[in-house]
Amino acid sequence: MTKWLEENTPKLVLAPSFIAVLIFVYGFIAWTAWVSFTRSRLLPRYDIEGLIQYERLFASPRWDTALNNLFVFGILFILIAMVLGLILAILLDQNIRTEGAIRTIYLYPMALSMIVTGTAWKWILNPGLGIEAMVRGWGFESFTFDWLVNPNMAIYTVVIAAIWQSSGFVMALFLAGLRSVDGEIIKAAQVDGIPTWRIYTAIIIPSMAPIFLSAFIVLSHLAIKSFDLVIALTGGGPGYATDLPATYMYAMAFSRGDIGQAASSAMIMMMVVFAIVVPYLYSELRSKDD
Amino acid sequence: MKSVFFGAVSAAALIASAVHAEPQAEVLHWWTSGGEAKSVAVLQEEFASKGGTWTDMPVAGGGGDAAMTALRARVLSGNAPTAVQLKGPAIQEWYEEGVLADISSVAEAQGWADVLPASIAGHMKCEGTWCAAPVNVHRVDWIWANADVLEANGIEMPTTWDEFNAAAEKLAAAGVIPLAHGGQAWQDATVFEAVALGILGPDGFRKAFVDLDMDTLKSDEMKAVFDQMRTMRGYVDENFSGRDWNLATAMVMNGEAAFQIMGDWAKGEFMAAGKVPGEDFLCASVPGDGFLYNVDSFAMFTVDGDDKKAGQDLLAELIVGQNFQKVFNLNKGSIPARIDVPLDEFDSCAHLSAKDMSESSDNGSLLPSYAHGMALRGAQSGAITDVVTAHFNSDMSSDEAVNMLADAVANSM
Repeated sequence: MTKWLEENTPKLVLAPSFIAVLIFVYGFIAWTAWVSFTRSRLLPRYDIEGLIQYERLFASPRWDTALNNLFVFGILFILIAMVLGLILAILLDQNIRTEGAIRTIYLYPMALSMIVTGTAWKWILNPGLGIEAMVRGWGFESFTFDWLVNPNMAIYTVVIAAIWQSSGFVMALFLAGLRSVDGEIIKAAQVDGIPTWRIYTAIIIPSMAPIFLSAFIVLSHLAIKSFDLVIALTGGGPGYATDLPATYMYAMAFSRGDIGQAASSAMIMMMVVFAIVVPYLYSELRSKDD
Repeated sequence: MKSVFFGAVSAAALIASAVHAEPQAEVLHWWTSGGEAKSVAVLQEEFASKGGTWTDMPVAGGGGDAAMTALRARVLSGNAPTAVQLKGPAIQEWYEEGVLADISSVAEAQGWADVLPASIAGHMKCEGTWCAAPVNVHRVDWIWANADVLEANGIEMPTTWDEFNAAAEKLAAAGVIPLAHGGQAWQDATVFEAVALGILGPDGFRKAFVDLDMDTLKSDEMKAVFDQMRTMRGYVDENFSGRDWNLATAMVMNGEAAFQIMGDWAKGEFMAAGKVPGEDFLCASVPGDGFLYNVDSFAMFTVDGDDKKAGQDLLAELIVGQNFQKVFNLNKGSIPARIDVPLDEFDSCAHLSAKDMSESSDNGSLLPSYAHGMALRGAQSGAITDVVTAHFNSDMSSDEAVNMLADAVANSM
């Protein structure tokens, strides 16, 4: 009996959460997939009708905009946040005196919710209240910075706000990575008279590869599920110029009573996530087997 | 918000199970802000004074989106509320899901057919039986103006779109923002349908936005509507994106802007600021014939138990009753849905609205507002709004816009 318990306690303890995950994550993914093949409107229906919802989805110019925005936003956000985070981390790593205070300052935006960030940036970027009005007030009458209300540029304001929010977090990740590099190697390189920038590019940054990967995974899922920032900053506007897949899905499911459309857009979003996560998991699992 | 919603549902469930008096009604609505909440309290008191037990289920947020989510959850779990604030084709959409009750006995006993305009009564019926009770009539196609600004610039209230454009040019030259507008999709749609009513006329509007007639959607008149929208884009200030409608109303109020095109809830803003209709601000229907209505109503859901059915009947009777129609609409700024309510206490804009409603009802130009979900189901009206707002906020040509409009409507089916 005790032997049986010894062997099975871990399984017993894990079982409830395993079952919960099975139902509430994978079960509902399967449910959404099913619904995406039906003509559900206000309430879910379960008669399979084929790929009609996906055809409608890809015929919709609004979904086109949303998907384009996701790629523009995702690529710029991940790239700039990582570069900026790395630069900040390297600068902080120079044994400066007030490191603790500066680190806290850069990390603080992370403590704000996206709604607060979005609202604050909405005021900063508003042409009549924020930067544009201020610079004009200084006497530069022809100065324009109207990205927030310009449909072609509005998506970049979302990028700016998101980078402001997240680059401090990336900095903290990279700082931890920098500190974990073996000090002996660096000292050896210094003794050999190798310039500091070469130490970074040839030794430290290559040895931080796993940190880059984690930062990339964290930022990319932040990008794909972004919703609250867009709602607070632009409300999806002007027009639907800053719609993202998540806001599209919300509009279909909750404002328009078009559950089938919402389900199909959710499935596409999930596939985008899988396209990023599966190669990551694959490389992780394989390296453990070695 | 989610926790608030679950809290509200469970609290409502607790109250409902604790009390066993008759008649009973559980009412789901999203009238939670100042004037609206006061209006609901009137109904609540009246219901209680007739011996009923009212279980309030207010779900605020998202212009009713949150309430609809709550409703979906309740219906799917087989426990629908007695009455739900619903409007337009959404009533029939829920009927098709097989969850609406038949309140024809009350409607016939009270003679609703005689006191409601025919096109509004049509929204309250599901395949011939009565399934909902109307509360009020908001007129959507209003144009509001600052009286002093118009007088200072020697401008009369415009009666055609050409006159409107001329007045706007004059105002812009004088340094006044001609049109106060908020760049939110539903506000773009509100202006669009007002323009469409003027240019297409009542019959064209019905064909385009009720019947979704492809030829009308692609017609040259529809291009003219988009042309006028492009012209009006030039009359709003550059800072309009995302502005709330009441802030646009405030711009008219303080003379920063001259006109606003908005439903009569804007009147409430003027009134709350102590402005007098006819003196401080002017109200007129937008250029063109017709009347676009936005009718709030309560749909009655199938419930079990005699106490709940009695509550449902009593509620329906009170909602359409003269007293509630008067008190509620005085609070809300709209006009009564029934035509036999004395309007002595109402203001001059409401009198104009009531007069136009009965006239347009007689000549067949009393039309449902598409922008406020009265004419079309969510998917179709949403598809049209997407095109309207995309056109208004870009440099898209009118030809492109009508083609996109036809494609979007076809794709939404």
